[in-house]
Amino acid sequence: MTPMQKLLQLPVNAMNMVKTAQDQMGQQDEAKSPVMTPDGGNHNWYNGEPNDPRHIRFGSGGGDQEERAHLEEGGGSLSSLVTQPLRHDDLKEMLDSNKDSLKLEAMKRIVAMIARGKNASDLFPAVVKNVACKNIEVKKLVYVYLVRYAEEQQDLALLSISTFQRGLKDPNQLIRASALRVLSSIRVTIIVPIMMLAIKEAASDMSPYVRKTAAHAIPKLYSLDPEQKDCLIEVIEKLLADKTTLVAGSVVMAFEEVCPERIDLIHKNYRKLCNLLIDVEEWGQVVIINMLTRYARTQFLNPNMNESLLEEGGGEKAFYGSDNDDDTDDEEDKEEKEKKKTEATAIVKRKPYVMDPDHRLLLRNTKPLLQSRNAAVVMAVAQLYFHLAPKAEVGVIAKALVRLMRSHSEVQYVVLQNVATMSIKRRGMFEPYLKSFYIRSTDPTQIKVLKLEVLTNLANETNISTILREFQTYIKSNDKDFVAATIQAIGRCATNIGEVRDTCLNGLVQLLSNRDELVVAESVVVIKKLLQMQPEQHSDIIKHMAKLTDNIQVPMARASILWLIGEYCEHVPKIAPDVLRKMAKTFTNEEDIVKLQIINLAAKLYLTNSKQTKLLTQYVLNLAKYDQNYDIRDRARFIRQLIVPTDKSGALSKYAKKLFLALKPAPVLESPFKDRDHFQLGSLSHLLNAKAGGYQVLPDWPEAAPDPSVRNVEVKESVPEWTKCSSREKRKEKKADKPFYSDSEGESGPTESADSASDTASGSESGSGSEESGSGSESEESNEESESASEEDEEEEGKKKKKNVEKIKARKPVPESESEPSSGEDVKKSEKKSKPRIGSSESESEEDDDSESESSESEEEESEEESEEETKKKKKTTASKPPSKPPKKENKKEKKEMSLLDFDDFDPAPSPSQVTPLNNFLSSSLVTDLEGLSLTDNVLSPTTIIPSGNLKTYELLHRITGEGLSVEYCFSRQPFSPDPHMVAVKIQFTNSATSEAKSLHVEDAKLQSGMRIKEFPEIEVLPAGETISVVMGIDFCDSTQAANFQLCTHTRKFFVSIQPPVGELMMPIFMTENEFKKEQGQLMGMNEITEKLTLEEKCQGEHAVVQRVTTAANLSRVPCGSDKECRFAGKTVTSGSLVLVSVVTKEDGAAQLTVNCEKMVIGTMLVKDIHQALTQ
Amino acid sequence: MINSLFLINPSGEIFLEKHWKSVVSRSVCDYFLEAKEKALEPEDVPPVIHTPHHYLISIYRDKLFFLSVIQTEVPPLFVIEFLHRVAEMIQDYFGECSETVVKDHMVMVYELLEEMLDNGFPLATESNVLKEMIRPPTILRSVVNTLTGTSNVGDTLLTGQLSTIPWRRAGVRYTNNEAYFDVVEEIDAILDQSGTTVFAEIQGVVEACVKLSGMPDLTLSFMNPRLLDDVSFHPCVRYKLWESERVLSFIPPDGNFTLMTYHVNAQNLVAIPVYVKQSISFFECGSDGRLDVTVGPKQTMGKTVEGVMVTVHLPKTILSINLTATQGSYTYDNGTKLLVWDIGKLNPQKLPNLRGSLSLQAGAPKPEENPSLNIDLKIQQLAISGLKVNRLDMFGEKYKPFKGVKYITKAGKFQVRT
Repeated sequence: MTPMQKLLQLPVNAMNMVKTAQDQMGQQDEAKSPVMTPDGGNHNWYNGEPNDPRHIRFGSGGGDQEERAHLEEGGGSLSSLVTQPLRHDDLKEMLDSNKDSLKLEAMKRIVAMIARGKNASDLFPAVVKNVACKNIEVKKLVYVYLVRYAEEQQDLALLSISTFQRGLKDPNQLIRASALRVLSSIRVTIIVPIMMLAIKEAASDMSPYVRKTAAHAIPKLYSLDPEQKDCLIEVIEKLLADKTTLVAGSVVMAFEEVCPERIDLIHKNYRKLCNLLIDVEEWGQVVIINMLTRYARTQFLNPNMNESLLEEGGGEKAFYGSDNDDDTDDEEDKEEKEKKKTEATAIVKRKPYVMDPDHRLLLRNTKPLLQSRNAAVVMAVAQLYFHLAPKAEVGVIAKALVRLMRSHSEVQYVVLQNVATMSIKRRGMFEPYLKSFYIRSTDPTQIKVLKLEVLTNLANETNISTILREFQTYIKSNDKDFVAATIQAIGRCATNIGEVRDTCLNGLVQLLSNRDELVVAESVVVIKKLLQMQPEQHSDIIKHMAKLTDNIQVPMARASILWLIGEYCEHVPKIAPDVLRKMAKTFTNEEDIVKLQIINLAAKLYLTNSKQTKLLTQYVLNLAKYDQNYDIRDRARFIRQLIVPTDKSGALSKYAKKLFLALKPAPVLESPFKDRDHFQLGSLSHLLNAKAGGYQVLPDWPEAAPDPSVRNVEVKESVPEWTKCSSREKRKEKKADKPFYSDSEGESGPTESADSASDTASGSESGSGSEESGSGSESEESNEESESASEEDEEEEGKKKKKNVEKIKARKPVPESESEPSSGEDVKKSEKKSKPRIGSSESESEEDDDSESESSESEEEESEEESEEETKKKKKTTASKPPSKPPKKENKKEKKEMSLLDFDDFDPAPSPSQVTPLNNFLSSSLVTDLEGLSLTDNVLSPTTIIPSGNLKTYELLHRITGEGLSVEYCFSRQPFSPDPHMVAVKIQFTNSATSEAKSLHVEDAKLQSGMRIKEFPEIEVLPAGETISVVMGIDFCDSTQAANFQLCTHTRKFFVSIQPPVGELMMPIFMTENEFKKEQGQLMGMNEITEKLTLEEKCQGEHAVVQRVTTAANLSRVPCGSDKECRFAGKTVTSGSLVLVSVVTKEDGAAQLTVNCEKMVIGTMLVKDIHQALTQ
Repeated sequence: MINSLFLINPSGEIFLEKHWKSVVSRSVCDYFLEAKEKALEPEDVPPVIHTPHHYLISIYRDKLFFLSVIQTEVPPLFVIEFLHRVAEMIQDYFGECSETVVKDHMVMVYELLEEMLDNGFPLATESNVLKEMIRPPTILRSVVNTLTGTSNVGDTLLTGQLSTIPWRRAGVRYTNNEAYFDVVEEIDAILDQSGTTVFAEIQGVVEACVKLSGMPDLTLSFMNPRLLDDVSFHPCVRYKLWESERVLSFIPPDGNFTLMTYHVNAQNLVAIPVYVKQSISFFECGSDGRLDVTVGPKQTMGKTVEGVMVTVHLPKTILSINLTATQGSYTYDNGTKLLVWDIGKLNPQKLPNLRGSLSLQAGAPKPEENPSLNIDLKIQQLAISGLKVNRLDMFGEKYKPFKGVKYITKAGKFQVRT
């Protein structure tokens, strides 16, 4: 045990680690803080508070803390030194007390400290002691504390690990989950192996909630120790195959964090994810959709790829046209023809674009999520459509995005950013919603600016007039930043839409007389840009602007005007020198950028009109020569050399005019959102327009589609769907779930199982409207949807056939009797009706060789194999022992028969109806065999099986609620012959009403996934006052979850449920003492649970103990040499896991109970039950 | 995903912090506080701030900043939506979301946050689920708790059962089974100076308060579902049935929730229930101006318009005002320049009017833009779009529930430009 060794070495190491870590942290803090806090002023304040508790520690005199103390200068005041230790002592005292209320109070205060950001780490030892506290709230708060501080106190944190390990074995799924959650959250490197084990274990837990927690734990472990990546990927792969919606979101999240590059892991799960998507919780949906977007970009072809070609003026037609022409004039330019041909082949090659059905599946299944209340989901779908859908379909997202505009301003902010990007590429999409982007005076500035951006992007010839009218209102706003943005927007509209350029320009010129200088300045800047496009026609505007120089003070605006005048001085030859004159006068008082432009203007004028401006220019240059700013001095010197011809001036001055008055290209006013769509929309990177850490680049479409068959998973991939359907079928009564789940793919109602899924691989028609079908599937709970999944699958196919069988069965006279064997036989017959079992066998055979493995989750598979192995083993070892043998035999036989049957199933010949009865007879004879054998067993160890009179009966339906029909059930403890994996439940109907009850039958079972029911044959008539017993089989999947179903009479339906005590989930097996010891030896460690107890008075004595234990659990006694010890053995009904119990009695009624079972949950529950049985 | 959360009050004090991964020093908030200093209004603080090592995503809600610290790529809406859920959860638990409430229930808020995120990824955000794990405080319970020292943690933990439907808690029992639905419609409109509608639309929301035992399966149908143009649903609603039959079929969460929001087709003309006659003018020469506002009923479908309120952000250069209202009363805060005229019920016979003079600061130029008026109003028992609930059916349970539907029309973002 390496972890153990590490544990032992720990104290020294860990202390050092902690110390160095903290030292480093301290230093880092110091090093960092000036950077982190831009104005050093605040700095002290921040360090102050969190630090002072360290002083406390110092005050309370810890050994190594003294060393650290020197790091903590500032902050901690003397008062905290004096007062706080007291308070903490107080808390420690409270934590040490025996009273939960005091502990709770202390923990609450500590957590409040943490919440406020105060350091409470010195309380760690006192707190961690309470980790095993019985009080749930104290425990929870301790967990909270641990998660916060374990990282800092790794050595001490290890003390708590064993508690979590125990928690991991708890029968309560919530406790298992929370133990795993905390264990994985404490960020202590040394426990990495323990975490890894726990995650692996939890990944195969039967509770989907625990599996979800396991998925959550994966990224935690990965960030703690990236070297575990390979192992973690295995777990991810396993969890990706999980069929429950609860797990899907979390595991994809883990996938994205750990191995986003392993896109190949998705193939097999792609269709399942698409189909489950609608039922996944909102947050999971976002993650899955984003991941699938990336996936689709690598796996499918660009649906818009033909568009560009087609847009080239119908390249195709041209080609055909020219083809015809070829006949007429052969001398057509050969090159041209060649070119066209290649073009044509290109088209031909790409032309037959057919969307991959999987691509379509994704688009179809995400679309309804646009209706989600969660903005993040809507956005995720929107970006998926934007990136993946054919152009024609992208439009659907506009409405939903516009809806988000009603949401909180932060949501608006993000949505608008994305709309801005989208509206550049797909303007048409948002045009109908133009008005939704109108701006209100109450919008925050950033929203206003973004709305403007969108409005500008949407502007075109038709709507520009309305938009400009809106802009007019905006310009009057008090929010000057917004006004400036509006002016910019007008400028952009003007550049983009030629028709309105003049109108815009006029409007902007009018703004030049605005009283607000900022508005004017911004207008000038924009006008300058506009004028650059067509300066000739606008000399009057330039003149107008020249006049403005007297009034405008904003440097940028002045600079712009000067630049304009200089650039187009030829258009305003009279004004320009005068402007320069004025500027020369004020030169010294101008801002730097204005000065530079004055020099610029002077230079240009000097070159074009040196007569008038020579002196002015020299004056300006002289002023500039002595300017304070070296840039200006440099510029002056440089220009002087260039323009003023002297002896020394080189060749350049000849070209001065060309240099200064070259034609300058007009600036392009374009949206800052242009080309932002190379980032995946909706991502943080897109918002920031910079790659954020961990951003996964959205790949380009592939040239050729990768092999689509990788997503074909034969049955495996159809399993999830059938899972849904099947569980749906069994759970009709909970109409509750149905529609949600059915929703996703189809209409509700009894036939719903038909719809949906059928579009994928398994082309089977599930359209059965039979009484069993229909009802919400709940993949969410379908934790262990194993065989039954595929069973149902097959069931559909074989349904017709079975119906035939049913008919035949129905015609057969049913021998009615109270005796157990015959009722067993009954059930046997009814087996044909109750499909699951048949289904399973059918499916197994039909799906050929690989059926078994794919039909079940690996976990289930294992257990199945185990059970098989076990039975085999048993067969070998105890060949003569009857109880284990028959089921085995039967099992095998049944399988064989079934496969035969299925063979027939392939062609719709009527033969199966003949085969089936045969099979039926066979097995029923087996039943009789079996009954007899179990009797012998009874004889062998008389204490094993309790006479049925002693069996505890439970009420299923009370006489009053049942309107005269009362129903009781008990666990008969007989092997259920039709299916050895089922628990036999004997049901006794008593009709105490005055009229007879007709057609009693079971309908519409709603089961936890994986559970199956074999209902009893319909009781046609139950006369008044009569009592009748039947046996039905239920496969509880080794869990104590209740089986819910409807009990129907000809008039009424009753919802009933049967919940098995854990002791009924097993059946006795016979073992020798040695075998027992051997098996027990193999089930040590986590699989062994020991509890000390005191026997109740009446129960002291071997016989009493045996009697009580066997009452509590369906186990058989194992001979034992010592009379101090009683041993019992059994195996679980479904998975066949061994259950070994031993009770060692000591003096004074003390005893020790040991249960060994590889199913820890069963073990723990069994301990509880037996403990209760022995002590009460 | 989400690394840490800080709650910050408007004055910049960090009063709660929660970390889901390694601790991030609160000095990271400096970047945010800096941005906050720069912004004129709290709403103007950018929701996403990029710092050298982290990304800060924040929301401003109920006078509090919820600031989350992010280290890697994550859809920003994901975080924003989650932060709003946190705020809603606090509201749901304690009746309101404010600094005092959070400070009073520090531990519980901290525990809630612990449950809501695991390693920064949302774990339980459904109120029904959370309430099963951490019980909301009630006066009675807090008294009992202090006396007995018991806790707020649900003992349901012990059953180990998880509800099969993620948004509904299991084992709901009521003696009175009731289901109430409020159809609330808000008119968003922009009217221009002359009173013509620049833009108007109706946004509706169906709020539900369902207290039904067991697992009821409800179906709500409308008389005229075609009116609804764009809808969004609580996750409990079955999309497919809506698509095919235009009915809302759902198993409700227990308690209060928003069933759906909708948007009424903008092509339908929106009836604007009030008209506003206004004139606000400033004299070019003298340093004062006049304000005259009259509000009258327009298309009210025979109902009374109540709760009418006019809010005006006056220009910053206003020195004082001197107004008289013929109905209701007005308040004016000289600090924020916010004028609120609370009119109350609209009487068609005698139209309320507010007039008087505004005086500007001496020497200040005439404000170039007139302030726009924000109108608030309420009409009971009317959905302005004409939407009507047809019936509510319940399946799956045997009792007869008490059902009720209420219609309210309100002004949403209703603005009159002047």
